[in-house]
This record gives sequence, C-alpha cells and structure tokens, in this order.
Amino acid sequence: MSHKWGLVVDLDRCTGCEACVVACHAENNIPTVGKDQAAIGRTMQWIRVERTWEGDFPNPKVRFQPVLCQQCDAAPCEAVCPTYASYHTEEGLNGQAYNRCIGTRFCANACPYTVRSFNFYNPQWQKPLNLQLNPDVSVRSVGIMEKCTFCVQRIKSAEIQAEAEKRDLKDGEFTTACAQSCASKALVFGDLNDPHSEVSRLASSSRATKLLGELGTKPNVTYLERGAWQDANNG
Amino acid sequence: MQITAEQIEKDLLRPIFKTGRKYLVAVGLATSLVLAGMAAFGYQVYTGIGVWGINSPVFWAFDITNFVFWIGISHAGTLISAILRLTNATWRRPVTRCAEAITVFSLLIGGLIPLCHIGRPWLGYWMIPYPSQRGIWPNFRSPLEWDFFAIATYLIGSTTFLYLPAIPDFAAVRDAAKGLRKRIYSILSLGWQGTPRQWQRLEIAMHIMAIAIVPVAVSVHTIVSWDFAMTLIPMWHTTIFGPYFVVGAIFSGVAALILAMALLRRFLHLEEYLKPLHFNNLGKLLLTMSLLWFYCIFAEFLTTWYGNTPSEMAVFWENVRHNFAPLFWTMVVCNFVIPVPILAMKKLRTVTGTAIASCTIVIGMWIERFLIIVPALDHKFLPYSWGTYRPTLVEDILMASTFGFMTLLYLSFTKFVPMISVWEMKVGLQPRGGGILTTEAPGEKRHGLVLEGPLPTDVEE
Repeated sequence: MSHKWGLVVDLDRCTGCEACVVACHAENNIPTVGKDQAAIGRTMQWIRVERTWEGDFPNPKVRFQPVLCQQCDAAPCEAVCPTYASYHTEEGLNGQAYNRCIGTRFCANACPYTVRSFNFYNPQWQKPLNLQLNPDVSVRSVGIMEKCTFCVQRIKSAEIQAEAEKRDLKDGEFTTACAQSCASKALVFGDLNDPHSEVSRLASSSRATKLLGELGTKPNVTYLERGAWQDANNG
Repeated sequence: MQITAEQIEKDLLRPIFKTGRKYLVAVGLATSLVLAGMAAFGYQVYTGIGVWGINSPVFWAFDITNFVFWIGISHAGTLISAILRLTNATWRRPVTRCAEAITVFSLLIGGLIPLCHIGRPWLGYWMIPYPSQRGIWPNFRSPLEWDFFAIATYLIGSTTFLYLPAIPDFAAVRDAAKGLRKRIYSILSLGWQGTPRQWQRLEIAMHIMAIAIVPVAVSVHTIVSWDFAMTLIPMWHTTIFGPYFVVGAIFSGVAALILAMALLRRFLHLEEYLKPLHFNNLGKLLLTMSLLWFYCIFAEFLTTWYGNTPSEMAVFWENVRHNFAPLFWTMVVCNFVIPVPILAMKKLRTVTGTAIASCTIVIGMWIERFLIIVPALDHKFLPYSWGTYRPTLVEDILMASTFGFMTLLYLSFTKFVPMISVWEMKVGLQPRGGGILTTEAPGEKRHGLVLEGPLPTDVEE
C-alpha cells in the first residue's frame, strides 16, 4: 500500500511552548543564525509558532499556530523551480534535493506560507551544538533553499525496516521530531491512506481546516480548531 | 543646408578614428564602476549572498528589480527599430542603430543579473538543457526557464538585427582603415562589395528579422512578467501583468533611447543627424506610452481596490499609503505628472524637454519595477511572516555597476561601429538617381538597392 503522509495540528491543544521548533532544529541539522541575522529576517526554522492576538487590552486572547511546510499536493513551489530541486515525491511529499538547488529563491517567493528557509551564509553551529549533528540528515551549504521534509529520514528508515521484516508499517510506529516532542499531543503525524490511522481520524474531524485552503494548494497539513461559532454555541 | 555623402561619411566615421579626452574620462568612470561591481560580486560569492539586504520573505529585491528594468530598457531598440522599418518611417534612419545597440547591451546586462543573483552562481549553467551525468533536464514548467529561453532568443535575434544593417558600414570602415583595423573590419564586413545581389539579400534578411523580432520582443517581457504573475502572491497573480510589463518596457526603453540620443548628439556632435524632428517624433511615442502606462497601473490598482480582497489590500496600502507610499507617489510623478505636460506641449517637446522627461521616466520606471517586487513579497498572506527590506552597500554598488557597464559597452560600441547607419543616411540623402553622390565608397552603390518610402524625408518641420 502506498503512503500519503499527513500531519494534524490541533490548535486547541497547542500551548505555544515551541518544543517542536527545538526538536526540529536538533533532528534536521538546522543552524541557528544568531540575534543580528534573526532581526533582519534570516531566521532558519522549518517549523515556527505564529502568535496572533485577538481583542484589546485588558482582555486580549492569544492564539498559537505552528506553521510548517504544508506538503501541498498542488504545490506552488514545485512548478517554479528551474532545476527540479523542489519536486514531488511518489509519496506526495514536497521533496527538496539540496544538491540540485542553485538558489534562485523562486520557490520561497511562490510559497504562500513562507515556510522555506534560505542559507544566506554557510551554516555554523555554536559549540557544543556542532557535536550533535544528525548523521542521517545532510548539512546544507550557502545559497541553498531548505524546508520541512516531514522528517523524510525517519519515514525512509521505518519503511526500510518494515520491508526488511516483510510487514506493513504500523500506525504510530514512528513519527516526526516535532510530533514526538509535542507535550500536549497537538501534533499528530501519520499515513492519510490508512483509514484507521489516528491522523486520518483527526483529519476528518469537523474541526478540521486547511491553512489558506482557499488557494487550492491542497495541503497535507490539517489544522483542528474549534471555530468561534462553536465557542458561541457551547457557551 | 544639404549634407553631402562625403560629409556624412566623414562625420559618422569620425568617432571611430578619433578619440577625445572627454571620451577617455567617461570610459574611465564607467570602467571603475564595473570594477567596483565585480569586486562587490566577488565579495558576495566569497561570503555568501547574505551580504545583500534580502531576507525572508523578501527573497528578491534590487537584483530582480535591475533584471526587469534592464530587460525593459532593451525594448527600446529592436522593437521600435523593427516597427519603424516595417512601417517605412523614413525619419528612423539616424535612430535605429543607437536603438538596436541599447537592446543588445541592456539584454546582456539583464541576462547577467539572474546569474549573479542566484545563491550558487557557479551552477548557473544548470539552466541550460544539455545531456549531463546528472541525467536531468531543466524544469520546463518554471517561468525562470522560460526566461532563459526568451532572453537567449531575443539576444540572438537582436544581435543579428543589429549586425545585418551594420555590414555595409563595416565595409565603409574597412575601406577607410589601415593595418589591423582593416583586417578586423574585413572579417566583420563578410566580404561586402555592395553588389546589387548583396543589397537585395541584405534587404530581404533585414525584412525577415524585422518581422520575426516583434513577437519575440513582446513575448520576452510578457514572460518576464510571468515570473511574478504565475505565482499565487497577492498583487503578483494578475492577468494584466503581461501587457503591463510590455507597455512599461517600451515606455522605459523609449526614454532610455531618447537619453542616449541626446547624449550622442551632444558629445559626438551629431546635431546635423539627430535633429529636433527625431526627438519630437519619439517624444510623441513616449507620450503615448506614458498614457498607456498610466492606464495600466490605474486599471490594476482600481480593480484591486474595488475587489477589496484583504490579502491584496495589504499590498495595496503598502504601496499607496504606508511604507512604500513615498516611492509610489514619486513613481507616479516621474512617470506621469512630469512627463505628460512636457511631452504634450509642442513647445516643450524639444531635445532638452524630451531628455528631461526621459530622465524622470527612467527613474520612475526603475522605482516601478521595485514596487512591483518588494511590497508584494513583504506582505504575503500570513501577517506573522511580513517583513521589510533595506538594500545594503553591496547591492547599491552592484546596481550602480549595471549602469556603468551599460555606459562602458555603449561607449566602446561607438569606437567600433558608426552610431548612425552611414549607408542608410546616404539612402535618405537625395532624390532617386542621385547626383550628389560623388565618391563611390563600398556599401553605397545604389543600383539594385531596394529603396523604401519617398525620399528625401529628413526635413525639419
């Protein structure tokens, strides 16, 4: 059975702790750029937690929204890459072949979610972070675009393991770094082609929405949120 | 005063054989700008493109602004020259060469910019489809790939278009020169003898090129606009971009042409050739383009405002009222408010008048390119990721160097080719059958030459 990987983000559960952000940095060898670079918009994050405030003082309401690559089925980033660095994998992921990237940055401009990170300089890791690089993930160099891969290294190793043991992948056998580290279980990763997986169940919830779904990018990330009207109905 | 063929040849070939002090100073200045640009580019490659002001979400800024600007300028030459040739507008004769040269050089510069702007410039050749060990073709769905082909086609086409009518002039230089220069021009003139057969073939070739180059020119800037219009980004994703870019390109191109002509007239002393008539006629064209440009931007912004989509309105207000408002209104003043009255009034449509209008238009059109790119990028859909942009010194130097490069190429060109087509001027000289033609320089044998239009027409109003 072919897989279609998806992620569910339960906004009603997210506390905005940013553990997912840290876990993603550690898993995927994402460099930290430092204060000065971050201040001018060079932050490198494959997942970020957006904060929005609703209402005025003294009763503001804060909402957190983790935003990562939506792994769109109709991805605006893929068509525009002249060198096939961003391409669609057979399992429906938005792949990014670092070695093919020449750094036109067209994909990042075309992405409505602004989830792509560009290596403006060669990456550096402050000591002792340089000692914890993940050997399963390639380190990117200057001039290259990168973004969330749904932890493709974990997907691949689980698939290879299952194939070696001549069995199907089980739901929950592995997960992405962000979902693994989410204390409130706001992030759930799995196979959308498996109707019994937790991610399939959650994705068909009545609370499910897509981020900028109206653009027709067909994201594979689903957001769960109790709408304002539901709040009103339930008092 | 009637100019003679001898006089034409003497006047127009003079810059090739004589070099003044002012010329050397200008070349020196332009060269130093180019060198500064090369140093800045070297620094950028060595350190990383982070030395630019681009960031997330403004991944394109000065680089692509300059790219679109220069590709736009390139529409001055070939397109106008081709249309004037096809419509037999005989006043074009002294204009075409300087126009076509602008096209070729600004295309060279415009085409170079994407190569310098990518994160790994040393891999730029991966845009070229060639069988390689990587076993992968470029992505033909990418508008950048379309750009590559469009610009390459236009460059080849406009170089040919510049070269063809220059052949008889190369022959004229060959006959006037000695030594190494004679050898070089012998090669360049491809054995031109000025036989009727050669004239006929040249005319046919030029006619074919003039017809072929028009759709190519239109398609090039349409495709450049599709770099933006093919994305989903608010204020980029619009159908008007194709025609709007073509209009803007011709607009800025004609302005650049008038500026170049005014400078050539002044410094090469071509007052007898580039007459107020030419500035008057091109000024009328510029006026039309200014009105068309205003129509396009009005249609674009009105539609956006009336539709009132929040994501588009964010960019709209950025332009009209917020961060970029000073630039936006400067652009409107430069492209419309100043030039239209100047160009509309016959009294002001002089050499100086059109040159001033062209000056503001070139500035205004550069700002226009910038405003198309940056405000849309820094106000994409999700407000959390909104950003802003500030150019760095490296980007400023690179931009200045593109102007230096253009100047250098243009100045060098005046040393190799007569900036006004000698033989075409002679064709327009006197009534059929000719009497004033005394010397028989090659490229001037008039029998068998297919003359276009009534002659003579280079009369002042």
